[in-house]
Amino acid sequence: MKKRETDGSVLKEPNVKYQTSQTTLSEYLRKKRSFIYRTLGDRLFSYFIFALGFIVILTTIVMAIVLYKDGAEAIKRYGFFGFLFGRVWDPAMKIEFGAFPFIVGTLITSIGSLAISFVPALAVAIFTAEYSPRWLAHIIDNLTNLIAAIPSVIIGLWGIFVFAPWMRDTFYMNIYMWILDNNPSFAPIFGNPIGYGIATATIILAIMIVPYTTVLTVDAFKKVPKEQREAAYALGATKWEVVKMAVIPYARGGILAGVMLSFGRAIGETMAVAMLIGNKNNLPFSIIGPASTMPSVIVNEFREAVENIHLSSLIAVGFYLFIISLVVNLIAAYIQRKFSLTGARTV
Amino acid sequence: MKTLKRRYLHEKIMITFIAFNTVAVLTPLIIILVYVFVQGIGAINLDFFTQELGSPSRAMTGRPTGLVHTIIGTLVVDALAILIALPFGIGAGVMLSEYPDHKLNPVMRVMNDTLNGMPAVLKGLLAWALVVKPMGGFSGLSGGVALAVVMLPIIARSTESALMNIPWSIREAGLAIGLPRWRVIASVVIPASKAGLVTGVLIAFARAVGEAAPLLFTSFGNNYKSSYLLGWTFGPVDTLPQRLYSLAISPYPEWHQLGWAAGIVLLFFVIVSFAIARIVVREKY
Repeated sequence: MKKRETDGSVLKEPNVKYQTSQTTLSEYLRKKRSFIYRTLGDRLFSYFIFALGFIVILTTIVMAIVLYKDGAEAIKRYGFFGFLFGRVWDPAMKIEFGAFPFIVGTLITSIGSLAISFVPALAVAIFTAEYSPRWLAHIIDNLTNLIAAIPSVIIGLWGIFVFAPWMRDTFYMNIYMWILDNNPSFAPIFGNPIGYGIATATIILAIMIVPYTTVLTVDAFKKVPKEQREAAYALGATKWEVVKMAVIPYARGGILAGVMLSFGRAIGETMAVAMLIGNKNNLPFSIIGPASTMPSVIVNEFREAVENIHLSSLIAVGFYLFIISLVVNLIAAYIQRKFSLTGARTV
Repeated sequence: MKTLKRRYLHEKIMITFIAFNTVAVLTPLIIILVYVFVQGIGAINLDFFTQELGSPSRAMTGRPTGLVHTIIGTLVVDALAILIALPFGIGAGVMLSEYPDHKLNPVMRVMNDTLNGMPAVLKGLLAWALVVKPMGGFSGLSGGVALAVVMLPIIARSTESALMNIPWSIREAGLAIGLPRWRVIASVVIPASKAGLVTGVLIAFARAVGEAAPLLFTSFGNNYKSSYLLGWTFGPVDTLPQRLYSLAISPYPEWHQLGWAAGIVLLFFVIVSFAIARIVVREKY
């Protein structure tokens, strides 16, 4: 099969060109086949591939359109910024909707979890890339990837039955009692010690987003040239000083990209947060008390939404979520491009 | 100027700090895995793999309950998702890697990463609006579409990196013996990177199989096996992560136990497919 084709297209082709006066049927067909095979084939194949690939671009665009269209009822009714800053979410009595509590909840939990997870994530990256022997680095690398791979429902399950009760009994109760004894006016700010709330959800989120920072940071560390490190060693630096002076500054683009990626994950993380945050739909939130985030309210109420405006409001919340995570992802992509990091790792 | 002694001390402190943080990051992982295993292993028995869940009273009165419909449903929905996502994902990957000079290529790379970073709930809302609403009911197919959107960017990315691993000289060899570009891609590059493609699908499966959020309002869930064959695709279907969520927030202790067991099965799917993916990659490269 292959041999015939190469014979046909490569060896005989020049002959066909020179025989201009008399073309037999078989030569005509061969010429034509060659045209179909090469020019048209290439053209069609590339169109086919572009059509398939274009679906990726199309999906994102369609997502934006669909979310806007289905959320339009709520956005029209309350106005774009009116809905964004509306502080009341009441599907039962007043039938009034505003996304502000969820935006606040999302920002608090995701920024909080970033703040908690940043130093440990960086430490894991430094440990695997600089300090540990290769076999240990390999194991730790696999384990951190495993954290990213564990389905968030399973972490939520563990959170509901193990982590939240444990936090309540060991920390929240004691601190709450101490506050009541010493400074009762602070109690409402601290919140009720039921165990399910912002603090618990934030800590769980922090555990879940560590791998995203770590993986990109390790990649960036690996790209630091040897000379950079050796120069620092030659100046008499200790290992930590090498990391601090030569490695981290060089890899800051990768670290930043990892942080943005983690931030995007934290914003969109749904199940574990929905199971642990306690689902309180109205401001004000307290430190350990219940709250809600944008994904968690969608998951919790979408199945039970009866009124059209309720459904539409939930999708509008999804639209705002889309915009926020689009911006975060584009910033991350920009950083990665600027510091010429290829994010080809999929895990 | 710091003395050498102080610098060494600083070094020691930093090593301890870094090692401590590493342990702190990995401890929850171990605890979670052990907990799921210890809590769930008691409910893993023959009934678990052969019986349906049924109504809460079925578990309360001690009749055999299981999640056979959930496991089948998970496999059906994820198989649908792979079927839908595979051609588009591979197409996108081929475009990213084989036509780097195309105008749309950088846009596509950014869009692909953006789609990958989009919260899974939104992918569920998309599938709800595109499939559930027009079809007028929750269905396994819509769940498959939602998960396909989850898988699509992952498959595209890993296809790209698998094809990139094939050296350009091999493509040039193909072109030099007179093959057109499309034949080089179809019969040289793609067969050579088969292992990488399989890895991509496995990773995409591992990621998608644990997604509960998009399935809650697409495949919805079902306490029983589908009564007719097409019901697995056109009726509401149970899937592991979504069932796990329902079991966890239910008030019945028997169901909590089943939830932990479902966690074991889910983790088994995820870890096995990841492990196979890793092994395939290591053998190949």
